[in-house]
Amino acid sequence: MKFIDEFRDGELARGLAAAIGQAARGGRDYHFMEFCGGHTHAIARYGVSDLLPDNVRLIHGPGCPVCVLPIGRIDMAIRLAVDVGVTLCSYGDPLRVPASGGLSLFKAKARLGSGRGASGDIRMLYSAADALALAQQQPDRQVVFFAIGFETTTPPTALLIKQARALALTNFSVLCCHVLTPSAIASILESPEVRRWGTVPLDGFIGPAHVSTIIGTRPYEFFAEEYRKPVVIAGFEPLDVMHAILMLIEQVNSGRAQVENEFSRAVSRDGNRKAQQLVSEVFELRRSFAWRGLGELPYSALRIRREFAAFDAERRFAVAYQPVDDHPACECGAVLRGVKRPQECRIFGSVCTPENPVGSCMVSSEGACAAHYTFGRFADAAVAP
Amino acid sequence: MSGVRQGYVRPLDLKQGVVDLTHGSGGRAMAQLIDELFARRLGNDYLGQRNDGALMPMPAGRLVMSTDGHVVSPLFFPGGDIGCLSVNGTINDVAVLGATPLYLAAGFILEEGFALADLARIVDSMARAAADAGVPVVTGDTKVVQKGAGDGVYITTTGVGVVADGEDFSGDRAQPGDRIIVSGGIGEHGMAIMAQRESIGFAAPIVSDTAALHRLIAAMRASGAAIRTLRDPTRGGVATTLNEIARQSRVGMMLHESALPVQPEVAAACEFLGLDPLYVANEGKLLAIVAPADADRLLAAMRAHPLARDAALIGSVHADHHHFVQMTSSLGGRRIVDWLTGEQLPRIC
Repeated sequence: MKFIDEFRDGELARGLAAAIGQAARGGRDYHFMEFCGGHTHAIARYGVSDLLPDNVRLIHGPGCPVCVLPIGRIDMAIRLAVDVGVTLCSYGDPLRVPASGGLSLFKAKARLGSGRGASGDIRMLYSAADALALAQQQPDRQVVFFAIGFETTTPPTALLIKQARALALTNFSVLCCHVLTPSAIASILESPEVRRWGTVPLDGFIGPAHVSTIIGTRPYEFFAEEYRKPVVIAGFEPLDVMHAILMLIEQVNSGRAQVENEFSRAVSRDGNRKAQQLVSEVFELRRSFAWRGLGELPYSALRIRREFAAFDAERRFAVAYQPVDDHPACECGAVLRGVKRPQECRIFGSVCTPENPVGSCMVSSEGACAAHYTFGRFADAAVAP
Repeated sequence: MSGVRQGYVRPLDLKQGVVDLTHGSGGRAMAQLIDELFARRLGNDYLGQRNDGALMPMPAGRLVMSTDGHVVSPLFFPGGDIGCLSVNGTINDVAVLGATPLYLAAGFILEEGFALADLARIVDSMARAAADAGVPVVTGDTKVVQKGAGDGVYITTTGVGVVADGEDFSGDRAQPGDRIIVSGGIGEHGMAIMAQRESIGFAAPIVSDTAALHRLIAAMRASGAAIRTLRDPTRGGVATTLNEIARQSRVGMMLHESALPVQPEVAAACEFLGLDPLYVANEGKLLAIVAPADADRLLAAMRAHPLARDAALIGSVHADHHHFVQMTSSLGGRRIVDWLTGEQLPRIC
């Protein structure tokens, strides 16, 4: 496949692996966090870690939108369908995240079907636009889109809300759970494990290219300067990731801490101004937002502006966020902060599997636990050949 | 003189007519539907017996029986429809056990309001597939459910066949050292359906690979190769089927990503939708586990058959008490090819 195969080429990978092997100096370790779940998935799926020298380690970051949703947010979506009786539209992954009371959206969906008076509905979508279409097809039902994701997915949601207003729809709204990448990185860098105790050694970040196609590379310059951590914005093909690792090693070796752009084929310093404009027209910063694993982070998420309040499910239906503790044995919080690796969780692969996830990181294919379970767990066992 | 013409029944309106509840009631309307729509198209001596079951001769050997429900959406897709799919799918389930498929039974669940023209098109397609395969539909059943309780039509087919004594292709016979062969490009059926659903247009649309594999299997058996296991990787795709065999045989497997045959259109559509062709359904492909010394001979016999021209050796079996199916990526790394989690594509067949 043109424009894809070039970035998965085995020959080039071997060349890059050799270059990384030469660049990485003996006698020291290099620890890089791949922020984004898309990178985590690509690394696991293509076995990128196998091609790296032992002293170059990758730490999984919190950049998986499904993983960082706290239980209380899933509860809100369930309450909208079950108690309020709306048609709740969601992408597939959030449906399987465990919520309060042994429920998930998936389980709630099955129960709604049993016809015990509840009139709500839960639908799985492939595209946000389908939610708007559904609202038009069913004018007598309230349709709510469960909007999750980082900066990449916010412009489409903004567009959806503007379209709904243009169509004067009165039965469409959005449960907005959009979160911001720089806030999560700041939280990791400010965490005691990184700052004070040094238990999470961190020599640099691989930044997500698709986020930067929207926000550009500029927002990362602060991290590079303030925290002296190099950042390389990288694409999601395995060779992109390997190239970024080489660039990070070179920065570390020369004592630099800069923002570099590996994904120059689509990312610029300023990003997509038009998309930013659209987002700021519809959304504003939340004062605070609860993240799974990272806790309440100030100004780390978006909410719908007052001008568009009619399309804000939180306002329209008065469902409020209520914090809920994670399962006591679940280490998703530590995994999301880079403090633990998935296989260091006591219930990984036994109680908690992709079929019966206990925590959110085992749900999405971008989650660190699911990626390791699905693609990498042979590495934990002595296996022939 | 009465104006009543003896024995006259106004024929079914196959252009504008729709299924209604009387078509499943057991009365005259149902008899007419069976006569004019089903029996006329699927006609054979056994179906013509008009009993509640069919009475057929039975060759010597062990009996193989398999059943399969079909709920695919959309009903019509590039390369086929629910009719031929329901015939081929069940023939394949019988044939991969090494059996010669003999007879089929078909149960229809129709939704009130379903167009008779569409039903006729589907039954025509079943009749063609059954005739091509030489496996007649000998008995059937029709039920009608209220509007909203179904989705047009669901078809369950049951097949029987015989397998000679001594032939055994069950899934527990893979041994360390054996080779793994797939009969052609993977993921074509699933992506034909998905491309249709998601309106992904290609210059040449992805066509479902639905096909009856019993003649290919006969050619493979005739090659004399020591085939351990045959299976058609339908739902869950090649990955799930190999995991099933690995568990049944208590072995591990190693695949090579670069050896997997995937049509460029399928690869592109998968890329687009974030799917992995290893997990996408096939309806006209099979996986064969074969003794290492016979792999080349079997591959040659397969490639000589029109349904397996792109057959490829994709990996091998080894001892592993974890029963992992692994793959070396085209990049040179290694990963697990795990069981499918959740539902990748609902209502694919």
